[in-house]
Amino acid sequence: MSAATIVNLPDPLTARIPKDNFLTRENGLLSWLLTSDHKRIATLYLISITFFFFIGGALAGLIRLELLTPQTSLMAADTYNKVFTMHGVIMIFFFLVPSVPATLGNFFLPMMIGAKDLALPKINLLSWYLYIVAGFMAIYTMIVGGVDTGWTFTTPLSTHYVNTHVISTGLAIFIAGFSSIFTGLNFIVTIHKMRAPGMTWFRLPLFVWANYAASILMVLGTPVLAIALVLVVLERTVGIGVFDPAKGGDPLLFQHLFWFYSHPAVYIMILPGMGVISEVISTFSRKRVFGYTAVAFSSVAIAVFGFFVWAHHMFIMGISNYAVLVFSLLTMLVAVPSAIKIFNWTFTLYKGSITFETPLLYAFGFMGLFTIGGLTGVFLGVSGTDIHLTETYFIVAHFHFVMVGGMLMAFLAGIHFWWPKWTGRMYPEKISQVAAVVTFVGFILTFFPQFILGTLGMPRRYASYPPEFQILNVFSTAGASILGIGYLLPVLYLIWSLRYGAIAGNNPWQATGLEWQTQSPPLTENFTEMPVMDHEAYDYEWLEKQQQANPQKKEVASAG
Amino acid sequence: MDHISPVLWQFLDKWLTNFALFPPEASKIAPQMDALYFFMVLVSLVGLTIVVLLVVSFSILYRRSRHPQAVQIEGSTLLEATWTIIPLGLFLVMFVWGALIYFRVFTPPANAMNIYVVGKQWMWKAEHPGGQHEINALHVPLGVPVQLTLISQDVFHSFSIPAFRVKREAIPGRYTTVWFEATKTGTYHLFCTQYCGTNHSLMVGEVTVLTPEEYKAWLASSTSGNSLAQDGERLFASLSCAACHNARPDARGPSLAGVYGSRLTLSNGQTVTADDAYLREAILNPSQHITQGYAPIMPTYQGQVSEEGVIELVEYIKHLDSNYRVDQTLNTTGFLPENENGKPPAATPPPATPKEAKP
Repeated sequence: MSAATIVNLPDPLTARIPKDNFLTRENGLLSWLLTSDHKRIATLYLISITFFFFIGGALAGLIRLELLTPQTSLMAADTYNKVFTMHGVIMIFFFLVPSVPATLGNFFLPMMIGAKDLALPKINLLSWYLYIVAGFMAIYTMIVGGVDTGWTFTTPLSTHYVNTHVISTGLAIFIAGFSSIFTGLNFIVTIHKMRAPGMTWFRLPLFVWANYAASILMVLGTPVLAIALVLVVLERTVGIGVFDPAKGGDPLLFQHLFWFYSHPAVYIMILPGMGVISEVISTFSRKRVFGYTAVAFSSVAIAVFGFFVWAHHMFIMGISNYAVLVFSLLTMLVAVPSAIKIFNWTFTLYKGSITFETPLLYAFGFMGLFTIGGLTGVFLGVSGTDIHLTETYFIVAHFHFVMVGGMLMAFLAGIHFWWPKWTGRMYPEKISQVAAVVTFVGFILTFFPQFILGTLGMPRRYASYPPEFQILNVFSTAGASILGIGYLLPVLYLIWSLRYGAIAGNNPWQATGLEWQTQSPPLTENFTEMPVMDHEAYDYEWLEKQQQANPQKKEVASAG
Repeated sequence: MDHISPVLWQFLDKWLTNFALFPPEASKIAPQMDALYFFMVLVSLVGLTIVVLLVVSFSILYRRSRHPQAVQIEGSTLLEATWTIIPLGLFLVMFVWGALIYFRVFTPPANAMNIYVVGKQWMWKAEHPGGQHEINALHVPLGVPVQLTLISQDVFHSFSIPAFRVKREAIPGRYTTVWFEATKTGTYHLFCTQYCGTNHSLMVGEVTVLTPEEYKAWLASSTSGNSLAQDGERLFASLSCAACHNARPDARGPSLAGVYGSRLTLSNGQTVTADDAYLREAILNPSQHITQGYAPIMPTYQGQVSEEGVIELVEYIKHLDSNYRVDQTLNTTGFLPENENGKPPAATPPPATPKEAKP
């Protein structure tokens, strides 16, 4: 194997997947449905969120097809409204929010801190069941006719002016919210109570820090969304009038409640992704993350500031000019920790020893797209330019750069990075590198034209639009079809690799995290003996010494 | 950005507009906002270029085949301070610059002419003080500050004119305002940008900027015969408002003469300015707005008066300078049906828009 790769696989002739691992320990459907093993629950989550991602993706495809022409040609305006509403609901509550925490976080967070499971394994299973119940309710809603309020449920539209299934959707999100509260709670307790001996706070991998910050947001923010949705349901069913101006209510109150959750929710979605990026960049440049403490605290700073910027969604809604001033200023402050992270990751590469396996390619994609997404967020946080750009395709492009360009890239980086640990087998490298590039190109082509459309003034959530906007929409739809291929490829080759992928061994990337110091796939109890953390996080010199001192542990590395 | 060569600016603007990559600049605020926009585009491009260049050059310099052994570096306080402080400084510049523009957009000048806009599913209704009514269209004069007072009859809507770079939500239950001064004649898009249900994307229209002469001609040709204040006067009479608000010594309600714009002391001790929003609230929700010294006997008119009706009443009260008008209303109440055509011109308030004439 050339020096240009760090991949170190056991001898393919003799290597075997360990007979006893969390996948093989028990068999049968019930052993999965009643499991309390965090790794099995993570696997259940991975299958379910992938399912919802492809439903949400199909809806996105319908949106882009409709927007190919200026008129409403493919579907009626009502149908279009339902399609974009369900796209938003499914992608946000059933894919983005649980994506990294419930799959990669669930699987690797306990392993990274040297624990044998999460602190509350049964609550963890309950989280998944709540998620599934909520997911079925969302699908039921779609089958019986859908909902057309937009994922933002703006009152009084959602309370008095639509005849669609607001209540079942609201309850689905309410239940999904509890699923994420329980996951957050579980993570917080686990990180506080279950760290292995020697695993101090500042030896935690940055992935753990990022999930900790996101968990705080989940636990504190989600209840407010739950309250807002309950109020919408009550107003719709019994007309309590909290949001109805005719009864002395205030429709702006809903905006405050909704965004008090839904802005932090953006950080719930992106922070765990940032954690993945820290792990990947460190591993593939063989270097400790530059300014570990700054990166760790910037996650916490984002979580704290994230709670005080919600009203920047309301700059033109007639809130006081001085409130706008305060929220705009706070928004500028929350942009800074993200900038710090980007530069710290960049300088992690400095004097590293870099190899370009798929996870790093996705991480690079993340850095580029997230930088654009973050900077265009400043355009919207600045009160003056927000007037022109808000509620247009500019904002659509902005949050897709952050959520899809950022978060989804990070998720795919993480899936590829930890796939060998999860399944014991490698994904095929070449084709997955191609997929990463295809995704990046497709993404830029889909969403970059939308910045221009937004600047031109094209409003979001329009089923039909003035003909002069068509050419840019055609580009966007073309890009979306490339993006679709980019997302289908990993599903195909990852399934292929389950049977035909090369045996990965314990630590194919020679990474330092505790999760890599055990077999792949791991045992049900993760470690054969309680691990002791006697070194800092990302200590590659420790790893080398370890491998020299323990030749039998090197068994997997020697074949490379 | 007016300082940098205006010729170059005009050329750029024209080129970008014709290639439909940039919206026309047709209001006074547009070039100011675009200057900030391009400043931010520039900063973003520089920032992005720095990140991309660093990632690419580090990837080339420190790839494993060229640099097989990583050098461990803990971090650098100096570097980290640099990339904390410089972005923060730039963001703060943008914040201040943006806030200045924001305050400009939402602080109408005192001499702005007012047009009411009512949003409803799925149309925009513009109510000019002179009694011109428009649907999904708005005619405004060139070079005159125009204030829009917006309200929604049902759900949230948002009134957006991209060529003017202004946008404001129309909200049920409260007035919001925005203003602009058109600088280029022509026809521009008008969009509803807040999702409002089925035909959201059909809640579109055109804003037409006319020269002052054309605008005068348009006003004359489009009038419905009555000004908003005159319609308000009729409504005032038919709702029997003058039964109480008549300025007689034994009147059960306060006199409304000259009330608009004055400071009122309420029965709960609060002092308020009687502006459009206050008057609207006082009509629809009177029990919360009792003037000191009066009994809370006024019934609510919630559900009895449409938003347009409230606007007409407010316009009428605005034009009440003396109680003569209320007496007049009392006197003419009995003749309501005939009033349509038979009103003496002397009693008509001035065309209600003295500010419309170009200064």
